[in-house]
Amino acid sequence: MINKILFQLVFFNFLLIGKVFSAESGGMPQLNPEYWISQIFWLTITFGVLYVVLSRLILPKISSNLELRKSQISDNIEAADSQRKKSESKLKEYDDIISKSKMEAKEIFIQAREKTLKEINLKRDALDKQIDEEIKRAEDEINQLKKDSPTKINKIAIDTCSEIIQKLIGANINNSSISAIVEDLSKKKGEKYYGN
Amino acid sequence: MAANPMTQFEVYRIGPEIKVGALDISFTNASLFMVISSLAILFVFNLGSKKNSLLPSKIQLLAELSYTFVSKMINDTAGTKAKPYFSFIFSLFMFVLFCNMFGMIPYTFTVTSHIIVTFMLASFIFIGVTIIGFIKHGLGYLKLFVPSGVPAILLPLIVIIEIISYLSRPISLSVRLFANMMAGHTMMKVFGGFVISLGIVGGWLPLSFSVALTGLEILVAFLQAYVFAILTCIYLNDALNLHH
Repeated sequence: MINKILFQLVFFNFLLIGKVFSAESGGMPQLNPEYWISQIFWLTITFGVLYVVLSRLILPKISSNLELRKSQISDNIEAADSQRKKSESKLKEYDDIISKSKMEAKEIFIQAREKTLKEINLKRDALDKQIDEEIKRAEDEINQLKKDSPTKINKIAIDTCSEIIQKLIGANINNSSISAIVEDLSKKKGEKYYGN
Repeated sequence: MAANPMTQFEVYRIGPEIKVGALDISFTNASLFMVISSLAILFVFNLGSKKNSLLPSKIQLLAELSYTFVSKMINDTAGTKAKPYFSFIFSLFMFVLFCNMFGMIPYTFTVTSHIIVTFMLASFIFIGVTIIGFIKHGLGYLKLFVPSGVPAILLPLIVIIEIISYLSRPISLSVRLFANMMAGHTMMKVFGGFVISLGIVGGWLPLSFSVALTGLEILVAFLQAYVFAILTCIYLNDALNLHH
């Protein structure tokens, strides 16, 4: 019984809803075939125009734009790559030049040093020789002087003695006797004064 | 009483009545939004392809991203053989997408919420795909209905099921888009009506629902356009690369 009432309630409610819809607008406007032909027609026109314009004019342009960009980018990358390689080779060349010139500079330096050393040696040798010669000469002179000095001193002593004697006693004494004495003294004590 | 949620789908004539014989092809609000969508697509993509700079502008980026998006979608689902049909699928995707999106603006008309429009598109795809299949494979295209590796006893049943599923493609394709659009817009209208009828006291809850639904509907609008295009690709794949 209750079931029946419930069923009737739902059923009539459903009918009522259907009535409301049909009363207001006749159900779904989508199912109203009044403008179907018009919609089909305009859909064909607009979509057809859209398709033609897109496929003929716009899409090829976008595609070519994309391709162009791709190729441009790859070109740029290639160019950058070649530039890099170029710069690397240049850098290597530069390094080579630097190292070569460094070696050259080293060689020049060594040569110059050797040359100057040689010159210095030569000059030193010459100077040594000169100095040696001069030392020898001086030594010779000294030797000569040393050799001559006893006789000279003796002579001076003899002269001085004779003069002193003359002044003291006023007599002229023969030089030969004085010289004999001086000779004697110098022989006795000469070694003490003159060395050698 | 609040407006009937279905009145937003009503088609009415704009301007004079145009008749070719017995056929009424008057310009309607539906036609207006088809024209607007098409012009908008052409406008955007013309602007996006006019100037090619190495660093693309925003609109150019948009056009190129859409291009690569659709081309990738076709490549992934239908392979390289589907390249000649790229323009068609691109136009289709953009048309459905723009119609859906224009429908999201208040007081506009949603072209794709009409079964006749979606059915025309779907049946055009269906007929086109079938013709392509028969051109590429001849009668061998019928092998599509005979899956390999099926026991002989089951074969008649499977073939019948395959044929039914093949023939129902345009219906499923069109009803999917139409029903999604209609349901979404009706729901938004209903919730909008609730906001009015509940007033300032209780209207906040349906209003927040309405806001959330708007976001959802925008997602659905994109998703349905995508699904429509990708199903077209899949059907095209069946026709181009017959492997069963």
